[in-house]
Amino acid sequence: MDKVLLDYGSGGRASHRFVADLFFKHLGNDILARMDDAAVLSLTGPVAMSTDSFVVDPIFFPGGDIGSLAVHGTVNDVAMMGARPLYLTCGFILEEGLPMDDLARIVASMGEAARAARVRIVAGDTKVVPRGAADKIFINTTGIGEIMVDPAPSGHRAAVGDVVLVSGNMGDHGLAILSTRAGLSFDAPVVSDSASLGGLVGKLLAAVPGVHVLRDPTRGGLATTLNEIAGQSNVGIEINEADIPVDPAVAGGCSILGLDPLYLANEGKFLCILPEPQAQAALAVLRADPLGSGAVAIGRVTAEHAGKVAMVTPLGGKRLLGMLEGEQLPRIC
Amino acid sequence: MNSFDAFKDPKLCRALLDRLLAEADQPLRFMEVCGTHTVSIFQSGLRSLLPATITHVTGPGCPVCVTHESEVACFLELAKRDDVIIATFGDLMRVPGPKGKSLKTAQADGARVEIVYSPIDALAVAAANPGRTVVFLGVGFETTAPAVAATIRLAREQNLKNFRVLCFHKLVPPALEALLADPETNIDAFILPGHVSAIIGAAPYAFLADRYHVPSVITGFEPLDILSALLEIVAMRKSGQPAVVNAYTRVVADSGNPVARAVMDEVFVPVDALWRGLGLLPGSGLVIREAFADFDAMRLPGVTLPDAPPLAGCRCGEVLKGKMAPNECPLFDKACTPATPVGPCMVSTEGGCAAFYKYKLDL
Amino acid sequence: MCLAVPMEVIAINDKIADVEIGGVTRQVRLDLIDAAPALGDFVIVHAGFAIRRMDRDDAMETIKLFQEGLGLELI
Repeated sequence: MDKVLLDYGSGGRASHRFVADLFFKHLGNDILARMDDAAVLSLTGPVAMSTDSFVVDPIFFPGGDIGSLAVHGTVNDVAMMGARPLYLTCGFILEEGLPMDDLARIVASMGEAARAARVRIVAGDTKVVPRGAADKIFINTTGIGEIMVDPAPSGHRAAVGDVVLVSGNMGDHGLAILSTRAGLSFDAPVVSDSASLGGLVGKLLAAVPGVHVLRDPTRGGLATTLNEIAGQSNVGIEINEADIPVDPAVAGGCSILGLDPLYLANEGKFLCILPEPQAQAALAVLRADPLGSGAVAIGRVTAEHAGKVAMVTPLGGKRLLGMLEGEQLPRIC
Repeated sequence: MNSFDAFKDPKLCRALLDRLLAEADQPLRFMEVCGTHTVSIFQSGLRSLLPATITHVTGPGCPVCVTHESEVACFLELAKRDDVIIATFGDLMRVPGPKGKSLKTAQADGARVEIVYSPIDALAVAAANPGRTVVFLGVGFETTAPAVAATIRLAREQNLKNFRVLCFHKLVPPALEALLADPETNIDAFILPGHVSAIIGAAPYAFLADRYHVPSVITGFEPLDILSALLEIVAMRKSGQPAVVNAYTRVVADSGNPVARAVMDEVFVPVDALWRGLGLLPGSGLVIREAFADFDAMRLPGVTLPDAPPLAGCRCGEVLKGKMAPNECPLFDKACTPATPVGPCMVSTEGGCAAFYKYKLDL
Repeated sequence: MCLAVPMEVIAINDKIADVEIGGVTRQVRLDLIDAAPALGDFVIVHAGFAIRRMDRDDAMETIKLFQEGLGLELI
């Protein structure tokens, strides 16, 4: 069969064959292979758990696809709590007629991403819906991991005087996706930064266990993430515009479309807020890893203007870096 | 450093700012007419650094946010048609019409709306959808109108039968005239829009200095451009000799761009037009000439410009005339926010009120 | 109001040019420009159209004037 049929989600023989041929082949491990109604796991101590649904369009984009993204996104959310991601579940909603080749590519990519991130996919579900009831493929993943440090990093722990680090360039994923959109046709030498951050976070916390906040600036970008943290911790955050790393191509693409890279999504970067005396050690760990080679300090946590993020411009002026109302749209004015 | 980066060089800008601080000893209320200037002034942090004597009054923002409610109602009606695809700049997506409806809500109701970067991209949408009529929403000032006019000419060359433009283009000089014609308008000087001027040149602004004695400077969008324009204005005020000065000579010729103007004039003709927050302004809009009637969405059967009631409580007119700061409007941050914008100044991300809301730290 | 960015012309094919900024390229129409650009020129691009050629000499001259006027060393 070259396309996904409604029968594959029926629970009958067709479903069984479909699952065995494709999902076990790429995602299989001893827990999944038991085929019981639920996975049985052994975990110790406090655990972090997170869920996310992936509906990205296009499903294949420069630097990744919806499958690898579904692994990285959830692994990273778990890692940001100071946890070592261990297990994932995945739920697929497939649109009838989805080319089997596309699905195979996506599932293979998920398997590869999971192995690279050292997580096991221990439970899964597949449903097929009639053509038009979903857009090609939606994937939900839920992840769980053991927390490595006590107290664990949290958005509530930013403290006055802390330094704000980012692990690399901002906006790569968002611009890579935009560059594929019809109607905006431009060629950008930018690929998505989609990557699993679990390993790097593990190294960071082993060397610098006193980190206060870890967070990956996905949807809404750096600006939105900083605002969330300023609100949760009830502190001000002041960042220096000139210090924020942005790839020239991302800056160029944004200038054409009238977008701000600080509101574009990242899928393989994180920000780290920690006491100043530990900042250099943290930067050294990050920069030694390819995923953190562009790490820099961009600002600090202040008592002033609690709950808000202030941007110090290259001219020395100060302005609010607010949250956006909705998604950024390309504009002419 | 290349020659263009130098226009944002912090050291050079600081030096200019110091000179401005030294020379701006009299109160000055300036308005920038262009939303890109608004954003540049806020985003660069310039607004927080200006001398206390200088008051920045944000102007009408952008041509999209002055799109009148009845114009919005008109294209929302078109968007409901099964055989129509709306192609638009992203800016228009959230501009509200009557009862808070917008292209965003139309999309949720099933309308097909394509966001494009260029009107040319809308031609591709039309070619790919021969069974439907693609209506491009023609909004924008003199910078954008020639691009849309050129697109209409191309549609004719390509013999595209299913491409039309709903033309709501607006013109800058008539709006400035309307602002100044109100004796209560409180503006000492204008920073004029660089890219509109790239098309129309300096001559259409002559009345600002000749009749209203308001010093005005055409300038670019980097901090250095804006600072140098302010210095120029301060000097003109001191000398008592208001003029229209072109300080953006690397892009703007005094005579503008005659080729672009010719294309615009070939396809469009000026008419009286409705501005959100300002009402009907004589000779301030463009419609499609008879010769290009086949590409005019306004001439599709059943398309009308419906009456829309005035925006209750909206004080954008006063904000635009410099009579009121954005946060002095009773609706600001209450009934009127970026999520639920009422008037033009909040509608666009570049509107004066939206910029105030978005960038100002000490609210 | 009118977002327009300077982009470098890297190829010209009749009424269409390839332009580049920061490694990002896109095609723009030349229907509206009043002086034909050459390769390496910067043009101001708005909504997919080049609307003016940017005068680099003029830009350098402006910067030089400010630097001299302010007594700053030349960049």
